[in-house]
Amino acid sequence: MNVAYYPGCVAKGGAPELYRSVKLILEPLGITPTELFDAACTGAGVLTERNPLLADALNGRTFAMAEKRGMPIMTICSTCTGTMLACNERLQDAGYRGRVNELLAPEKYEYQGTTQIKHLLWILVEGVGLERVRALVRRPLSGLRVAPFYGCYLVRPSALVSADHPDRDTYLEQLVAALGGEPVEYESARKCCGFPVITMNRDAGLRMTGRNIEDAKSHGADVMVTPCPLCHLNLDGQQHEAARALGVPLGVPILHLPQLIGLAFGFTPRQLGMSHHLVRPGAVLERYAESATV
Amino acid sequence: MEVKLSVQRCHPDARPASWWQDYTVDVPEHATVLDALLAVRDDQDETLTLRCSCRSHICGSCTMRINGRSTLGCKTKLDAARARLREGEPIRIQPAGNMAVIKDLAVNLEGFFDKVKAVTPYLQPTGPEPEREYIVPNEAMLTVREAMACILCGACVSACNSLEAEPRFLGPAALAKAWRFTEDPRDGRDAERLEFLSSVPGGIWDCTHCFACVEVCPKDVRPMERILELRRRSMEAGFTDNNGSRHSQAFLDTISRSGRLDETRVAMRSVRGPSELLEWTPVGVKSFLRGKVPLRHKPIPGALRVKAIFAAAEAQGRRDSKRGAR
Ligand code: SF4
Ligand code: SF4
Ligand code: FES
Repeated sequence: MNVAYYPGCVAKGGAPELYRSVKLILEPLGITPTELFDAACTGAGVLTERNPLLADALNGRTFAMAEKRGMPIMTICSTCTGTMLACNERLQDAGYRGRVNELLAPEKYEYQGTTQIKHLLWILVEGVGLERVRALVRRPLSGLRVAPFYGCYLVRPSALVSADHPDRDTYLEQLVAALGGEPVEYESARKCCGFPVITMNRDAGLRMTGRNIEDAKSHGADVMVTPCPLCHLNLDGQQHEAARALGVPLGVPILHLPQLIGLAFGFTPRQLGMSHHLVRPGAVLERYAESATV
Repeated sequence: MEVKLSVQRCHPDARPASWWQDYTVDVPEHATVLDALLAVRDDQDETLTLRCSCRSHICGSCTMRINGRSTLGCKTKLDAARARLREGEPIRIQPAGNMAVIKDLAVNLEGFFDKVKAVTPYLQPTGPEPEREYIVPNEAMLTVREAMACILCGACVSACNSLEAEPRFLGPAALAKAWRFTEDPRDGRDAERLEFLSSVPGGIWDCTHCFACVEVCPKDVRPMERILELRRRSMEAGFTDNNGSRHSQAFLDTISRSGRLDETRVAMRSVRGPSELLEWTPVGVKSFLRGKVPLRHKPIPGALRVKAIFAAAEAQGRRDSKRGAR
């Protein structure tokens, strides 16, 4: 399957381990990426809030690049996905699209409105198929209790995300099970990680992060998995501070979606860049590896 | 048709104060969750407390959480409530979130209405009074009307992710109301309203953009979109001495410079001075040591062309907002 790969800014900035682990798993999955090196940031909703036309122009430019190649866009970030879906929806209006295309004209881009936007998670379930994923598992995650954490924009607004695929808010659970792990059910799985307010109201952002992790932990999670690197920045990066703010011990490793898949496919934590994490997954994964070999 | 309900009961004087109780009721096929609860109260358990009045999604009093989702009991058909349940699994009913429970499904709405009152939810015209009524062009009221559809049911507040962590947050319903008055051509106190909303603790910058309010509002008020618009308008009006505006500006600047987001620079420029920066130092240092802070921020190849799009779109955007077409 050919996809126009849009890694987003964080995978090439604060979460290099994400970029690296995506590279490892795509080949066995039969996904051939053409990376859109010249695509700009989606604006993560912040640009849309400032100036929708600007956000739609930058994203329309990216959509046009994929359209030219006749490929769907593959994202690896919930926030990129949500921002793009909203822009693409506005760009379905031919009149408005014309206005945006005028801004793109100097570069000779002209978006026709046909590009599809899909998160890697959606491609796995809807395109590759969980059967095929299951067949690729070399080291089932048996005994590992994994709490899914979606990131808002992969589940809301449902009108944009799941109108045609009503089960998208259960894909992570399905995937964890396909990899041989035990999906943990808990209330916070589809809540906000707290990242969007972390620089505006740090205490509230930390409380959100901390409570989500605490909820997962109290339901027995060994690790959490997220398809959103911004959630990761908060859940992993701020976990220590969140634990202090709440006055509870946390210590729950947070894996990027492709890292979890990579583990089950037999790659090592080192190959998957886990040494970059602030909460080191080492101990948990060793415990799981021991029980896996018994 | 027989339905199973599992209701989270609550009585502050009981021990435990909260417990789950299961009921099975026989109700017509087309019934709503509210109908089923009323049937329980009428035929099985008169101690079950809940609020309702219109039974047709107008009064906004039957807000509750059904299978975790904040909504109106009278707007939720049993079919819909059962659609994604497993065989034999009961419909889960809980009181609205983010509000203290008085008993069972009745919650204390005082705080909710205090916040609505805090945004001065009435017209404040300025200038000379017209001799007769205020005349407003139809088009000007079309968007305002979308937010006027609010029935103050509190479903959005019940679902709000920010409110869970920041009780001071004015919340989606009150802020949608505030937007409605800044947007009304008869109101003359835009500047005061925007200044208040952008500087008060719990104001517009505390929304975490989670879409929960947009998702659950039974009247399609889309509170979050109103809040984002209030942010834009408050920045345009010059109320920028807050971390939200600083973050927004820094974000804009890094993308216009390189086409890509530079998280480190944005974080550093978003905070208010050295003391706040200090709070961030431990995370910053750790992230740096773990190789999470790129030493060089690499622009995309087409950065200059992106910059040109910025300039053109910004010029048009400014024209748009002058015309009032947002
Ligand atoms: S989008 Fe903002 S106002 Fe709406 S529910 Fe989320 S945090 Fe609350
Ligand atoms: S905005 Fe919608 S959900 Fe919120 S109180 Fe009004 S009608 Fe209810
Ligand atoms: S009873 Fe009036 S809105 Fe439900």
